[in-house]
Amino acid sequence: MINSSSDNVKKLNSINRRMFITGSLKFFIMVGIVSRLFFLQVKENKKYLTLSDKNRIREWKLAPVRGEFHDYFGNVIAGNFEAYQLHIIPEEVEDFRYVINRVKDLLELSDKEFNKILKKKNEIKSWETLIVADNLDWQKFSKINNHLYDLNGVKPVISISRNYPYKENFTHLIGYVSQANQNDIENTEAIKKNFVPGLKVGKVGLEKSLETKLLGTNDIERYEVNAYGRRISQLEFQKGEKGKTLKLTIDTEIQKLSNELLKDKAGSICVMDIYTGDVVAMHSSPSFDPNLFVFGISQDDWQLIRNNPMKPLVNKTLQGNYSPGSTIKPIVALSALENGIINTNFTVKCTGKTEMYGQTYHCWKKKGHGFVSLRNAMKQSCDTYFYEIARRLGVDKLSETAKKFGLGETAFGDLFSIEKKGLVPNTQWKKNALGKGWLLGETMITGIGQGYIQTTPIQLCLMTAQIANGGYKIYPQILADKENKINPSDKFEQLFEKSKNIKIIQDAMFGSTNEVMGTSYRSRIDNPKYQFAGKTGTSQVKKITERERELDLKTFEIPYEQRDHALYIAFGPYKNPRYALSIIVEHGGNGSTTAAPMAKKLFKLIIDRHKIRETMNKNKYLEI
Amino acid sequence: MYQHRRLSTSSFNFFQKFKNFDYILLACILLLGFISLATMYSTDGGKVLFHTKSHFTKLVIFTFMMLIISFINIKYWFALGYLSYVVVIGLLVWTYLFGITSSGSQRWINLYFINLQPSELMKIFIILCLAKYFHRMKLENVNSIYTILTSLIIIILPMGLVIVQPDLGTSLLIAISGVAVIWFAGINYKYFIYTILGFVISLPFIIAFLKPYQKLRVLTFLNPDKDPLGAGYQIIQSKIAVGSGGIFGKGFLKGTQSYLEFLPEKHTDFIFTLFSEEFGFVGSAFLLIIYAIIIYRIVAIGATSRSYFAKIFCYSFGAAIFVFITINMSMVLGLLPIVGSPLPIMSYGGSSMLATMIGFGIVMSAKVHSQQLIA
Repeated sequence: MINSSSDNVKKLNSINRRMFITGSLKFFIMVGIVSRLFFLQVKENKKYLTLSDKNRIREWKLAPVRGEFHDYFGNVIAGNFEAYQLHIIPEEVEDFRYVINRVKDLLELSDKEFNKILKKKNEIKSWETLIVADNLDWQKFSKINNHLYDLNGVKPVISISRNYPYKENFTHLIGYVSQANQNDIENTEAIKKNFVPGLKVGKVGLEKSLETKLLGTNDIERYEVNAYGRRISQLEFQKGEKGKTLKLTIDTEIQKLSNELLKDKAGSICVMDIYTGDVVAMHSSPSFDPNLFVFGISQDDWQLIRNNPMKPLVNKTLQGNYSPGSTIKPIVALSALENGIINTNFTVKCTGKTEMYGQTYHCWKKKGHGFVSLRNAMKQSCDTYFYEIARRLGVDKLSETAKKFGLGETAFGDLFSIEKKGLVPNTQWKKNALGKGWLLGETMITGIGQGYIQTTPIQLCLMTAQIANGGYKIYPQILADKENKINPSDKFEQLFEKSKNIKIIQDAMFGSTNEVMGTSYRSRIDNPKYQFAGKTGTSQVKKITERERELDLKTFEIPYEQRDHALYIAFGPYKNPRYALSIIVEHGGNGSTTAAPMAKKLFKLIIDRHKIRETMNKNKYLEI
Repeated sequence: MYQHRRLSTSSFNFFQKFKNFDYILLACILLLGFISLATMYSTDGGKVLFHTKSHFTKLVIFTFMMLIISFINIKYWFALGYLSYVVVIGLLVWTYLFGITSSGSQRWINLYFINLQPSELMKIFIILCLAKYFHRMKLENVNSIYTILTSLIIIILPMGLVIVQPDLGTSLLIAISGVAVIWFAGINYKYFIYTILGFVISLPFIIAFLKPYQKLRVLTFLNPDKDPLGAGYQIIQSKIAVGSGGIFGKGFLKGTQSYLEFLPEKHTDFIFTLFSEEFGFVGSAFLLIIYAIIIYRIVAIGATSRSYFAKIFCYSFGAAIFVFITINMSMVLGLLPIVGSPLPIMSYGGSSMLATMIGFGIVMSAKVHSQQLIA
C-alpha cells in the first residue's frame, strides 16, 4: 500500500511536471498564432484588402460617346444616332436553340449570318452578352418587340452609333468611323486607353486626324463579381465624358452645291475665305456614303467603291497631284513682274508656236494671238507669251514665288496625313531627284503649268486666295473654334515686293472673266455684287502628237482617260473680294467650258451665303 | 473520515451533481456553439439553409448527449476504455470494407440518420483507451519495451486504417492524441527526442512515399504563389480573406471573400477564415480566448481530479484539442500545409462534433465526479 501510494505520488509529480511543460508550450504556440493573426490582419491589412477588392470588383467599360461635327451654322454633319440592337445573354435563356431559331425567322437571317452568331456564342461565356444584330431597322426591331413574350432572355437594346446625315457630301473631309483594328489600338494612346470590343474609331479624314479630341472617355460600370466572374451587383457607374463636338468652317449649302456640280464627274471643288483662310467648302468627287462603313461594309458595296474607275476612295482635293495648266499663269506673271523681268508694256508676238533648239512649242490657239501684252496674255491665256517670260525669268525664280504662295507645301500642315505636297520644280530639285541638268524647254512648259510642276486643288485655292487678298499669307482653316486653329496668327505676312504687281494680276484675271475675248467670258456675272475674276486652265494628261494636233478632236471624241483636266481658279466679288475657289474636273476637257460655268453657280450662292454668315457672326458677338 | 467520504461520494445525488458542474466550461462551449451557428448562417449567405439547420440540430443533440455523459460516473467511462477503442477499430474496418466514397476517399459509414466518420471518433477514443492502459501502470513499468510497443500498436493500428482511406491529416491527429497520452504517462524524454530526430532524418524518404497530391500540398505551402489558380488557390484566398478582415472585420454577413465564393471549403476546414474576415482581429482573438478558457478549464479539471485516469484523460484531451485548433488555424493562416483538419465545434461536420462533445462530456464527468477514485 505504501509502495503503491509512493508510486502514485511519483506518477502525480511526473504528470504535473509534464503538464507544466505542455502548458508553457501551448502558451508560446498561442502567442505565435495571435501574432500571425496580428501580422495578417493589422500589419498587412492594406495589402490583403486591395487583393480582396481586386478579387471581387471588376470593371466594365462601355464605348465612349463620340463627339460630333457641326458645320459653321451648327448643322450636325457627323452625329450620333440610336442604333437598334438585339442582345442575348445565353444563360438567361431557357431554351437557347428555340429562341435563336425564332429570332432567325423574325429577322430573316441568312444561314451564313446565323452560323456566325452561333460561332460567336460559343466563344463567349454564358453570362456575357451576345450581340445578335447591331443595327436593326425600326420594322424588324418592333417586330422583335412584339414577339418578346416568347423570346425569353432576348433584349432589344438601343445603343449609340455614328451617323452621317449628309451622306456622300462630306465623306472625304470628315471621313468615317469603323471598328478599331489592332493598328488603331497600337498607334493611338487614347484608343488604347478607352478601347472596348466593338469600339468605332476614325479611319480617314478628320475623324481620324482629330480622333483624340472626338473619342471621349468610357462610361465605367463597376460590378461586384463572384469567384466565377458572374456579376452580382453594380457598385458604381462612372459617367464618361462625351468627345468634343467640333465646329467646322464649312457651309453645308455650298458643300452640297459642290457635290451636285461634280455629280457623275471626277474632280474637286474648294472654296476659301481669302482673309481668314476658312475653308467654306471642300469636296472631292465621286464620293460615297460613309454610313456604309459604320457597321462594316458589305463585300458588294466595297467592290463597287473600289472598282470605280473614277476612284472615289481618293480625296482629290488633298491627294490629287495635277498639272496646274494655265492656272499657274498668274504666279508666272507675278514672278516676272516682281523680279523686274517685264512690265505691263512688255509685248510678245504670238504666231501660234515658237521654236527653241529645234523643239516646237505650241500656243493653244493655232493662228496665234498676234502682239500681246501681259493683260491680254492673261486674258486670252496666250501660251507663247508665257513661254517667253518663263524663259526670261528662269525656273528658280519662278519656283521661289510659287512656293511663297503655298505651292509645294501641304496647305493644312499635319492635319491630314494623306495630304500631298505637290511639286514645284527647280534646277536643284531636278539634279537631286533625277540626277539630270535642267533644260530650258522645261522652264518654258513650266511657265504654262505643264511638265514636272504639280499642285493639289487646295493649293491652287490657297494661291488664288492669297492673290485675291492683296498678297498676304493666310493659313487654311477647317475648324472654326479659335483653340483649334491650325496657325492662329493675326498678322499678315506679306508675299510681294510691290503691291502694284498684285493689282496688275488681279486686274488681268478680271479681264479674263469679264471682258470680251476672255477665256471665261461666257461664265461671267455682270451684277457687281456677284462679279468675280478668274483664270481657266486646261492641263494635258499626255503629250499631244502632231497628228492629234492636225485632227483637233472635240473632247467627246477622245477616250475618257486621255481627255484634258479642266481647271478654274477664281475670286470674288471683284470689287471687294472675300472668297477664292478652285475647281478641277478630271478629264473634263476644257477649263473654260467645263470648270468656269461651275464657278458662276458657286459664286452666286457663296455671296448670298456670306451675308448669312456675317449676320450670324454679328449675332454671336452681340450675345457675348 | 475516509469511510465517510467514500459513502458520501457513492450516494451522490442528482442535485449535487448539478452543483459540481463546471459552468464556465459549459458556458464557453455554449457560446462557441452559438458563434459556430452564426458563422454557419453566414456561410449560407445570410439565410437559414441546409448547413445552418443541420449544424443546429447536431449542436442541440450533441450538447444534450454531453450533459448525459457528464452525469454518468467516470468509472464507467474507465470501464468502457478498451471496449470503445475496439468498437471504433471495428467501425474503421467496416469503413475500409463498405464505406462511402466521396471526393476520392472512403471515410464515411452510412448510418441512415448520419454519415459517420469513425476516424474522427478515434481521435477521442484512443485517448480513453491509452488513459486506461496507463492508469494502473507503475511509473517504472511505463518505460519498459513491452509497454512502449503495446501503446505504439494501439496508436499505429487506427493510423494505418485511416491512412488507407486515404486521410493523412486525420491519421496524424489520431497519432498526436495518442502520443499526448504517452507523454503524460511519463515515457522517457529521450524517446521523444529520438523520434523527432528520426523523423527529421527520414523526412526526405517520407516525402518520396507521399502521394502526388500530398507532395503538391507541401510544395504549395512552401510557395503558394507558384500556382495561384491551381494548388495555391485555397491558401492564397484564405490569407486574403483573413488579411482583408482587418482589426474589426468586414462585419457580419459582409465577408466578400466567402459571400462571393472565393473561399474554398468554407463550411468545414476554412470556417475560421470566414469568421476572421467578418469579425477581424478582435473577433479572432475573442474566439481564441474562448478556446483558451476551454482548454484551461479542461486542464484545471484534470488537476483537481483525484483519479489518475481522469487526470491523464483531461490533460491529454486538452492537449489534443489544443493541437486540433492550432493545426487548423496554422493551416488557414498559411503556417502549415493544407491538411484536412476541422476546427472543433466551429466546423460543419457531425462526427467531429460528436467526438469533441463526447470528450467534453467525459471531462465534465471527471469534474462532477472529481472525488471518484478508480481502483
